Amino acid sequence: MAKNTESNVYTILFATGMVLVVGTLLAFLASSLKDKIAENKRIEKQQNILYAMGINENDESSVEFVSKDIVGEEFNKYITKQLVITGTNAVENDKAYLIDLKKEAALAKNNNYQRRLPLFVGNKDGKESYIVPVRGKGLWDAIWGYIALDNQLVIQGVYFDHAGETPGLGSNIKERFFMDDFIGEHIMDGDTFKGVAVSKSNADPKNINKTDNEVDAISGSTITGDGLAAMLKKDLKMYLPYLKTLKQ
Amino acid sequence: MGLLSKKDLKLITDPLADNNPITIQVLGICSALAITAELKASIVMSIAVLFVMGLGNLTISLMRNIIPPKIRIIVQLIVVATLVIIVDLVLKAFAYELSKTLSVFVGLIITNCIIMGRFEAFALANGPIRSFVDGVGNALGYAVILIIVGFFRELLGSGTLLGFKVLGDPIEKTGVYAFGYENNGFMLLAPMALITVGIIIWVQRSRNTSLIEDN
Repeated sequence: MAKNTESNVYTILFATGMVLVVGTLLAFLASSLKDKIAENKRIEKQQNILYAMGINENDESSVEFVSKDIVGEEFNKYITKQLVITGTNAVENDKAYLIDLKKEAALAKNNNYQRRLPLFVGNKDGKESYIVPVRGKGLWDAIWGYIALDNQLVIQGVYFDHAGETPGLGSNIKERFFMDDFIGEHIMDGDTFKGVAVSKSNADPKNINKTDNEVDAISGSTITGDGLAAMLKKDLKMYLPYLKTLKQ
Repeated sequence: MGLLSKKDLKLITDPLADNNPITIQVLGICSALAITAELKASIVMSIAVLFVMGLGNLTISLMRNIIPPKIRIIVQLIVVATLVIIVDLVLKAFAYELSKTLSVFVGLIITNCIIMGRFEAFALANGPIRSFVDGVGNALGYAVILIIVGFFRELLGSGTLLGFKVLGDPIEKTGVYAFGYENNGFMLLAPMALITVGIIIWVQRSRNTSLIEDN
């Protein structure tokens, strides 16, 4: 190499060239794969919602969604209504599941904005469930999920997911042993709203007591667990005015 | 002559023991502490690092004569980050389930100092094939330690291996739990990973005293 790689001009040219090449490559790749990725995310949402209401292919301990090929069909079959709630007003909307909770939360910081809350009504074997999407903060990044409630506000099933919780610790919120604990838990204590706390001291590892508003925490993931409990409390509360009307 | 000469073969075998990236070069400790609470996470991370390190070393080595020395660290970072993002995007489009499993590792791979360390110490001064082999060798050396630590942390911390309850059920009190055995929750926390790595270093150096530095 005859080039003087030490010179300033060369360094600047190299840096510019590299940024251009890498930038173009990544932008090209990202935009050409965008549609496919968006489609995958849409399918995943449907799978998650169905999972929460108990439509899945779980065996004893795994988490198995209904397969990609039939999820659209199953979604139309089991989700009877999709609602968008604004204030006390609920309107049907077939695209409610596509509402971006993150954007809504950001817009809601502006006081004039009336936040749109999506709610999915499912019907499995004649039993109705109301599936609430939730979103909050874990230790490192966002966590989110879907909570299926019956009309007595008892949890029928949940699905949680996360963007970057610690593998093997916080990431376990999407494992069966944790999610299954929520089934049957009450979010109300009599008439007061309590949510479900993730507790280290409930002395109920088998989770027999379903009315204590507590599930057993995961060792080593205190902040993820606290974030999850805070997420449930904050987001379920927004739906409370509407959910209470179901309780009659 | 085989595919690899004796010297090249050493590039693979050395990092497995006497020049291990974690226990001897003391690189990549952060990720070794972060993700070894479960054996499965250790294995996934090992495979991901193997891939990125092999390709990264190869790329850097091909570019070694044109990289301006003043900004070489930034160039190395860009190469790793680009590789990782490409893999992430392609997986998201064509193997979404797999990408969900890997997404939490992406950040850990980019910041893994083994990768930067090998670029700096090896790929900048050696040809592409040797660099690739060195990358693979070091990734394997990293994997060995990760898997050993992951094995003990999951076994002693959760009583499971790859999610299977090998020691019985702690809640139903079956298996060894029937005799009063308890899981050691401390094993799940990062400090115990450091202590486990420390024990491995101790065992390794007492078996091979030439590794002990004089001072």
